[in-house]
Amino acid sequence: MSKITSDQIVAWIERYAAHIAEQKDYLTQLDAAIGDADHGANMHRGFQAVLAKKADLQNSDIGALLKVVAMTLISTVGGASGALYGTFFLQASTMAGSKTELSPSEFGSILEKGLAGIVLRGKAAIGDKTMVDALQPAIKTYKRSVESGEALEQALSKAVSAAEEGLKSTVPLVARKGRASYLGERSAGHPDPGATSTVLLFRSAAESLA
Amino acid sequence: MKKLINAPENIVLESISGLALAFSDLIKVHTDPNYIVRADAPVKNKVALVSGGGSGHEPMHGGFVGRGMLDAACPGAVFTSPTPDQMFEATKAVNGGKGVLHIVKNYTGDVMNFEMAADLAKAEGIDVEAVVIDDDVAVKDSLWTAGRRGVGTTVLAEKICGAAAEAGQSLKDIAALCHKVNGNGRSMGMALTSCTVPHVGKPTFDLPEDEMEIGIGIHGEPGRTRMKLKSADEITELLLAPIVEDLPFKAGHEVLLFVNGMGGTPLIELFVVYRKAHEILTKAGIKVTRSLVGSYITSLEMAGASISVLKLDDEMTKLWDAPVLTPGLRWGV
Repeated sequence: MSKITSDQIVAWIERYAAHIAEQKDYLTQLDAAIGDADHGANMHRGFQAVLAKKADLQNSDIGALLKVVAMTLISTVGGASGALYGTFFLQASTMAGSKTELSPSEFGSILEKGLAGIVLRGKAAIGDKTMVDALQPAIKTYKRSVESGEALEQALSKAVSAAEEGLKSTVPLVARKGRASYLGERSAGHPDPGATSTVLLFRSAAESLA
Repeated sequence: MKKLINAPENIVLESISGLALAFSDLIKVHTDPNYIVRADAPVKNKVALVSGGGSGHEPMHGGFVGRGMLDAACPGAVFTSPTPDQMFEATKAVNGGKGVLHIVKNYTGDVMNFEMAADLAKAEGIDVEAVVIDDDVAVKDSLWTAGRRGVGTTVLAEKICGAAAEAGQSLKDIAALCHKVNGNGRSMGMALTSCTVPHVGKPTFDLPEDEMEIGIGIHGEPGRTRMKLKSADEITELLLAPIVEDLPFKAGHEVLLFVNGMGGTPLIELFVVYRKAHEILTKAGIKVTRSLVGSYITSLEMAGASISVLKLDDEMTKLWDAPVLTPGLRWGV
């Protein structure tokens, strides 16, 4: 069975930083429609700061490197996305601990721990039009696929599809969390920016881990 | 975009550097992470007050650091909440041994980041309480929204609680007082024009020359309704009626009336609004005993105004009158 190495985790983060850089204006544009027009700029600032710490990411165990990612995001992104993505990686790092490689099932567990952190911090549930709408089904689908014995590549690809479906489901929803909720009915008809950046997280994983 | 900036990414740092130079007798500015503390911090045996939020609302909060108001303020990027490391470092820098109160405006990012900072501070043995201000009646307060936004009452809470801290009250009592101020204060704002976030470079929303947005948020979040421009007196009625109805404010109440400019509206217009608001309240038998008029919680260069009304009692009135010495508010000293 294939293992995910710490080098691959670094590659995942770098790939995600690249996706964010490419999509930064699009994410900000989505946020302008229902939020405060800063999601792309904030995430980009955070992940550029993460890339600047590449030396700290390399040659460390997975827990330590994810903690660097988490603390950097927490201190540079700001807004809700800094707290939420920071919490995601921080919780994932505590689960990964001193491991230097993860089985596909262990990778599922660190994602799940990260999700639990986000739910606790943001108090969002499925249907609130948040990143949880993409994150939760993606992780659930990934775990189910791994448990049924499918290859990592397949599990990650299914997770991407589930995240995309989740993102699509946010379009008609009325936001119940964050600044978008001030819009009430007017928030319907737009995809959630946080769910959009979550899809990129899984796309990056599929491109770098399997 | 026409702004007095050098580069959008440097605006916050350059602005707080200027603030530090202009008021070196009152405040000190720390960078990386960014926070502003009163010059004599930490004040021993006094509860410390820390607030913060996105930049672009000046003088809030950095301009309210000083004797009788805040001990520290954490400025985030423009319209973006500050980060937990800023709040944590500021909390440590001002902790005088009697605990620290975090005054947080109710925005998702601000609340989450202050929660994380409080966790960090508590882990180091610092007694921290947080009070969330949510006074904007333009937003429906329901389980299905992030709740009401924190606006004008924040300024009043920071002044009143700052005076209570100066008078030696305990953390528990000041937190209770802060809840009381929030519970007694209601606000609503309106915009005549949009504002432009420096790193975005174009107006946050389009508002035609002959229209206005009633119930606007301080980040340009949409309000209750958009309508054709009306006279100052009619606009004042539109803002004040939902405020009075919400608490509700009743005949016999003594109140503080706060007319705030959004950043691009001159004082001459704010006093026109104040005059009408005072008249409406007086006709309803509500007694305006204290006032504040000026641009204190702004939204960059947005033109418009907000009205806040705070029901006072003797304690709050006394604390409002107590001396304050900050870059943005000063009297009695």
